[in-house]
Amino acid sequence: MKQNRFWAWVVFLLGASYFIVPLVATFEFSLRMRRGYYSFDSYASVFSDPNFQATFGYSVLIGIFSILVGIVIVVPAVYFVRLRLPWLRPFMEFFTLLPLIIPAIILVYGYIRLYNSSSIIPFTGSALGTDILLTFAYVTLALPYTYRAVDTGMRTIDVQTLTEAAQIAGANTIQIISQIILPNILVAVLSGAFLTFAIVIGEFTIASLLNRPAFGPYLQNIGANRAYEPAALAIISFIITWGAMGMINVLGRFAPRTSARTD
Amino acid sequence: MTADFLSVSGLTKTYGSNTVVKAVDFAFARGEFISLLGPSGCGKTTILRMIAGFETPSAGTITIDGQDITTLKPNQRQLGMVFQAYALFPNLNVGDNIGFGLKIAGVPREERRARVAEMLKLIGLPGYEQRYPYEMSGGQQQRVALARAIAPRPRMLLLDEPLSALDAKIRVSLREEIRAIQLDLGITTVFVTHDQEEALSISDRVVVMNAGRIEQLGAPHDIYNKPATRFVATFVGQLNNLDVVITDPANKIVTIDGQPLTLPDLPADAGLNAASVLTVRPEVLTIGAREGNDVTLTGTVADVTFLGSVIRVRVALGKNVISLDTFNDQRSIPPRRGESITFSLASKDLLVLAN
Repeated sequence: MKQNRFWAWVVFLLGASYFIVPLVATFEFSLRMRRGYYSFDSYASVFSDPNFQATFGYSVLIGIFSILVGIVIVVPAVYFVRLRLPWLRPFMEFFTLLPLIIPAIILVYGYIRLYNSSSIIPFTGSALGTDILLTFAYVTLALPYTYRAVDTGMRTIDVQTLTEAAQIAGANTIQIISQIILPNILVAVLSGAFLTFAIVIGEFTIASLLNRPAFGPYLQNIGANRAYEPAALAIISFIITWGAMGMINVLGRFAPRTSARTD
Repeated sequence: MTADFLSVSGLTKTYGSNTVVKAVDFAFARGEFISLLGPSGCGKTTILRMIAGFETPSAGTITIDGQDITTLKPNQRQLGMVFQAYALFPNLNVGDNIGFGLKIAGVPREERRARVAEMLKLIGLPGYEQRYPYEMSGGQQQRVALARAIAPRPRMLLLDEPLSALDAKIRVSLREEIRAIQLDLGITTVFVTHDQEEALSISDRVVVMNAGRIEQLGAPHDIYNKPATRFVATFVGQLNNLDVVITDPANKIVTIDGQPLTLPDLPADAGLNAASVLTVRPEVLTIGAREGNDVTLTGTVADVTFLGSVIRVRVALGKNVISLDTFNDQRSIPPRRGESITFSLASKDLLVLAN
C-alpha cells in the first residue's frame, strides 16, 4: 500500500510541477523589477497605467454584455428545445460545438467581410457597431460553455411539469421563463457566465482584428514592449480566471435541492 | 342534475395512427367530484390534459360553464391543477408558491398574503409561508400544491394522480382531506386515478375507461354493484368467474359442478347445454345459511388467507375456484384447508355479463 501511495505522489507532483513551476517562475520574475531585492513595483506600475484601467474596464463591460446577450439567447433556446423540439437536441449539441472547432480568426474574417463599412449592415462602420459585433463574437465563442451549462441546469428540473404548473396558474411564456425556469437554473447560468467572462477577459484575436481597446491586445502590447510588467499581468489575469472558476464551485452549493419525497 | 357545468362531447385524440381517446362524451354538474378511472394507457390522463389545455383535441369540444374552451390556452382557462410529482416551484417558498397564481393575476400584496394564510389554514399548515418545498414531506408538499391550485379561486380543480407518489398511509389521509376541502369549497373536481379504491371512496360519480372509451359512468355503488361490462366488473373490485352449464334456459336454471341454481336473468342468446360464465363478488357469499340467501352450494376449502378484518376462503367447486370473504369473527374458528364447506348466496347478487 505504502509503495502505491509513494508512486501516486510522484506522478501527482510531476503533473503539478508542470503547472506550478512556470507559475512560480513567472511570479518570481514579476517581483524582480527593482534590482537586488523583491518588490511589487511591477504590479504598481501595471495598476497605475491608465491603459490598463481603460482596457480592463472595457473588457469587463463587453464581458457583462456578452453574458446578458448569451443568457437571452441560450436560455429560451434550450427551454424550447427541451420542451417542444427534443429531436433538435443533437443538432444543438453539434452547432454549439462549432466555435471550438472553427478558429476565432476565421470567425472574425467572416465578420469583417460580411459587416464591413461598405456592406448592407455596416457594423464596423462605427465604434459602437464594432462593440456590438465584438459582443456577438464573444457570445458565439462562449456558446459551447453556456449551452452546456444551461442544458445541464435544465436537466436537473422537471421543465415540463413546472411549465404546466405555471401555465395553469395563468402565467405566460415570458413569465414562466423569467420567474420559474431562470431562477431554478440560475447557478448553472452563472457558471456559464463566469466561463464567458474568463474567455472575454483574455481574448486577443477578435478584439485585435476589430481594433478595439480590449484587455487582450493590451496584454500583447505590454508583453512585446516591457520586461517585468508582462509577468505581473500574467499573474493578475491568472488570478482573475481562477477567481471566476472558483465562483462556479462556490455557486454549486446553492443549486436547487430536490424535493421528491413520498412521506 | 342541474345544468351541465363541465361537458365534453365527441372528444377524440389521435397521435399518428394511434387513437388514445375515442369520441368520449360526458357532462357533470357544478360541484361534483368526478373520477376518471382506468388502467394505464386508457386515455384518462389525456382527457384531463385536454381539459387543462396541455393537449389539443383532434376532434370534439369541451365547455365549462357554457364557455367553449376547446382551443383556449391553458393560462386563459382559470383552472387549478395538482400534479403527481407535486411540481412546486423549487425557487419559491410555500407562501410564494401558493400566491403565484394571484401574483400573476395582479392581486395586491396584502390581499395575496391574507389569501395565502387562509389557504395554509385550510390545508392544516398554518405558519408555513417561509418554508421551502425541499424542507417538507411529500404529503405536505402535495397539500401545498393543492392550496396553490385553489388559491386563485379556479372554476374547476384538476387532479392528475395526486396521491400516486405518496406512501400508503398518507395516501388515505390526504384523499380524505382532499374530499373534505372539495366539499367545503363546492368546487367541481376531476380526479384521474388508476386506483379503484381511491376513485370509489371519494367520488360523486366515476367514469370507468378502457382503451380510449367510457365503459361505464355512474355513482360508485352503481359501478361496483351493477357493472355494465365485463371490463368494469373485473377492473373494479374482486370478482369470481364461474363456468356454468345452462341446463334449462326457459326456467333460467344453470348447473355449477352438478349443483343447480336459478338465475334472475339470462342472456337472450343462451341455448341448452351452452357453457356460460357467472360472476359473483366474494363478499356476497356467506358460510352456512343466511336469511335471504336462496342458493346453497357445497365445496372443498382449497385455501384460507387471513387479511386482518377479513378472511378470504377459496373454495373448490369442481374445476371452479370461488373466493369468498367473511368477517374475522373472533368467536368462531376459521375454516380449514380440505374441509367440506357449505355456503349460500342470493341469486339476485349473481351477475350475468354479456361477453
